[in-house]
Amino acid sequence: MLRKSMHDGLWKQNPGVIQLLGLCPTLAVTTTVVNGVSLGIATMLVMVASNGSIAPIRKWIPEEIRVPIFILVVAALVTIIDLSIHAFAEPLYRALGIFIPLIVTNCIVLARVESFASKNPTLPSLYDGFFMGLGLCIVLALLGGMRELLGKGSLFSGMDLIFGESWKVLSIEFFDSSHGFLLALLPPGAFLGLALLIALTNFFNQTKQ
Amino acid sequence: MGKFLNKYSIVGQSILVMSIFGGIFAFLLAIFFEFSNPVILKSEAQAKQRLLLQVIGEKKYDNDLDTDFINISPNTYLKSKKDTKAYIARYQNTIQAIIIESRAPDGYSGDIILLVGISPDGKIIGSRVVKHQETPGLGDYIDIAKSDWILMFQGLNLKDKSSSMWAVKKDRGDFDYMAGATITARAAIKAVHNALLFFNENKAQLGID
Repeated sequence: MLRKSMHDGLWKQNPGVIQLLGLCPTLAVTTTVVNGVSLGIATMLVMVASNGSIAPIRKWIPEEIRVPIFILVVAALVTIIDLSIHAFAEPLYRALGIFIPLIVTNCIVLARVESFASKNPTLPSLYDGFFMGLGLCIVLALLGGMRELLGKGSLFSGMDLIFGESWKVLSIEFFDSSHGFLLALLPPGAFLGLALLIALTNFFNQTKQ
Repeated sequence: MGKFLNKYSIVGQSILVMSIFGGIFAFLLAIFFEFSNPVILKSEAQAKQRLLLQVIGEKKYDNDLDTDFINISPNTYLKSKKDTKAYIARYQNTIQAIIIESRAPDGYSGDIILLVGISPDGKIIGSRVVKHQETPGLGDYIDIAKSDWILMFQGLNLKDKSSSMWAVKKDRGDFDYMAGATITARAAIKAVHNALLFFNENKAQLGID
């Protein structure tokens, strides 16, 4: 059960490169590793919480109005996470801004609630939320890394803003940002980068067969 | 007839279930808001305090900035919609710096709010962007957290720089900008310039002769 959730979330059903759900933040914020990872973590928290709170009450939710109820639950959870980030992680709140509330409309959250948590017991749903979230987080980090490296010539810049001063050592600068490939930072760069990641995934899947 | 009633009971049931869920989550959110709001207000006040300290740089002061301010009614220079506060830093009762809040309504997305610290002789001591929603990784270089761009206003005044020079180099002005995010720089430069113009015309109101 745990292994299956893990395999599905991280590879076979990966939300970022296979299911292609939740692309809005994937493409919008992944200009650096830090932005990608932090939005990934926030989304993961929401997914664990929403899956974990829908699964135990799934039998009391009438079939006909399940979607509005799911949205209500997800919106409430996102608001709670938004408030907590604002209160306890001010720099992270500044970095992500509008994209935290926008997690409400991230398809992947509702998709997992609808297709998994509303049909499965609590524990597997928690696993599912966690690994789907982690799978998305990894894709966001990879995409952020590609774009940051090409566009700014650095990796892990700004880690200290979120995780504290001691993380500053991780930041690597390969070349000056004024020589960066601007396209990588612009929205088309996000689409191209994601396309490369998808192509790579398909390549691995085909050679495996 | 039975079928008819049945249909209505589904509607009634849906309304009931929706209201219960709405009620529960509204209650949860209200509790969480009560709990997190003081923390949010505190962390915002701290962030503001840190910014105020940054825009007055090395200047010494011994008054309480929280209580020593002048309310400035909405005006065309600062583009303010509501009353804004001009904070006054004093040392042994002589004014060291006036901190003015200036708004740039013409950024790339939404308003940019800046704080500009000005010494009594009309020099910029420091300037910072307090709030903005510019594109992450592109227009956000005006934020001190992302780049040193905003520091180039330090030490400037109206005498040494004529009005036409308060523009980006692309517009034959004097200021650097990041390619691909000119609009952001234009807006911020204008807002800083406006703060100086406002200071120059309202010295009496600010308590400087």
